Amino acid sequence: MNYTFQFGTIASYTPDFAAGAWLTLRLSTMALIFGMIIGCLCAVALTYGAKPIRWAALIYVEFIRNTPFLIQLYFVFFALPSFGLRLPPSSAALLAMSINFGAYATEIVRAGIEAVPYGQIEAGRSLGLRTSQIVRFIVMFPAIKAVYPALTSQFVLLLLGSSVVSAIAAEELTAIANNINSVTFRSFEIYLTATAIYVAMALGFKGLFGALHRIFLAPRG
Amino acid sequence: MLREFGPNEVVYLLMATRWTIALSLVAFFGGGLLGLLLAVLRVSPLTPLRLISALFIQLFQATPLLLLLMLLYFGINFFGVRIDAWTAASIGFTLSTAAFLAEIWRGCINSVPKLQWEGARALAFTFPQTLRLIILPQALRIALPPTVGYMVQVVKGTSVAALIGFTELARAGVQMNTITFEPILVFSTVSAIYFALCWPLSLLSRKLERRLHVGHVRVQSM
Repeated sequence: MNYTFQFGTIASYTPDFAAGAWLTLRLSTMALIFGMIIGCLCAVALTYGAKPIRWAALIYVEFIRNTPFLIQLYFVFFALPSFGLRLPPSSAALLAMSINFGAYATEIVRAGIEAVPYGQIEAGRSLGLRTSQIVRFIVMFPAIKAVYPALTSQFVLLLLGSSVVSAIAAEELTAIANNINSVTFRSFEIYLTATAIYVAMALGFKGLFGALHRIFLAPRG
Repeated sequence: MLREFGPNEVVYLLMATRWTIALSLVAFFGGGLLGLLLAVLRVSPLTPLRLISALFIQLFQATPLLLLLMLLYFGINFFGVRIDAWTAASIGFTLSTAAFLAEIWRGCINSVPKLQWEGARALAFTFPQTLRLIILPQALRIALPPTVGYMVQVVKGTSVAALIGFTELARAGVQMNTITFEPILVFSTVSAIYFALCWPLSLLSRKLERRLHVGHVRVQSM
């Protein structure tokens, strides 16, 4: 055990770590937004859609949920150019993350939709609401409210899982750590620092989501 | 020198799949044992034990798998310990799986009615006896569907070991892509193999859930 820690070397790379963490946050939040759009559309399609649409949504969800994110990322990055779509690494990362999160969001939102009592929908019909209005006002909001905890946990997993996009050299936190490592070779300190930043982000979001839940969604007695 | 993507290449991918399965089994059984210990500590009457377990679970659930592997594989070398990618991956996946399974199982233990604990107390059962004879057998039933469901996450998670240079299915796919330059064929085949491993587990988990009438949303990792 003749190893001296040199966190001093790491300190000089603070701006790089910050930039990497910022991109990780940006990628995750954008994938959350796109993924939620995909998720809500597919969940509605699965619940109310015609048979072919239902099948398409079902195949998408099952396929994404039963294959690793890394392979989906490779598909977007290596295989899409064969179809004439060449994306820079950070765009490929965002696309793969959105497609991936969309499948989980679909499953979660669908569970929420199914939790809305049928009587509510009948009440909406008897008030003369159109189907689109029923979906918007009676089903979607309570559904998302019901699955809020599941969605937020899923978002934290998305944030942590985003480290995998370093495999295609998107410049997020893990890729930055790899770059610094290839210059300084202080692997232990570098990866420990990066891990600490991830842990801080994950726990920070967990705390934030918990607080929001208590303020806005928790039943008031 | 480019090669065709033919039967030989598929066989190579299938050979690499053995490592994916081996890693999954190590992670599942190692993580299962450690996870059970953590889950038991998490509900024990001793506060310090509960805190240690809670800290471990929180910490490892908030650490990306990839970073955990990097720390074990590249970081540990500096302490004069040399471990290979297989060992690093085994340790990393065991720790991570343990944290997630412990959290799942704690939920199952907590869903056993409180009266069962009180009844056991009234009959002068000790904590280990209560757990072993009364609580765990009931929790096991509830735990089966989400545990099988989590196995899917374990299998998918092993792909991350590719990024520390361990040749399992995902990395074999990248190698094949490099020499055949047929990304669509290669990654379709790789996806199909993962799907063949994971989908039966997903179906089984859902079937068990329906049979036990425990409906809840499963949160899963990428």
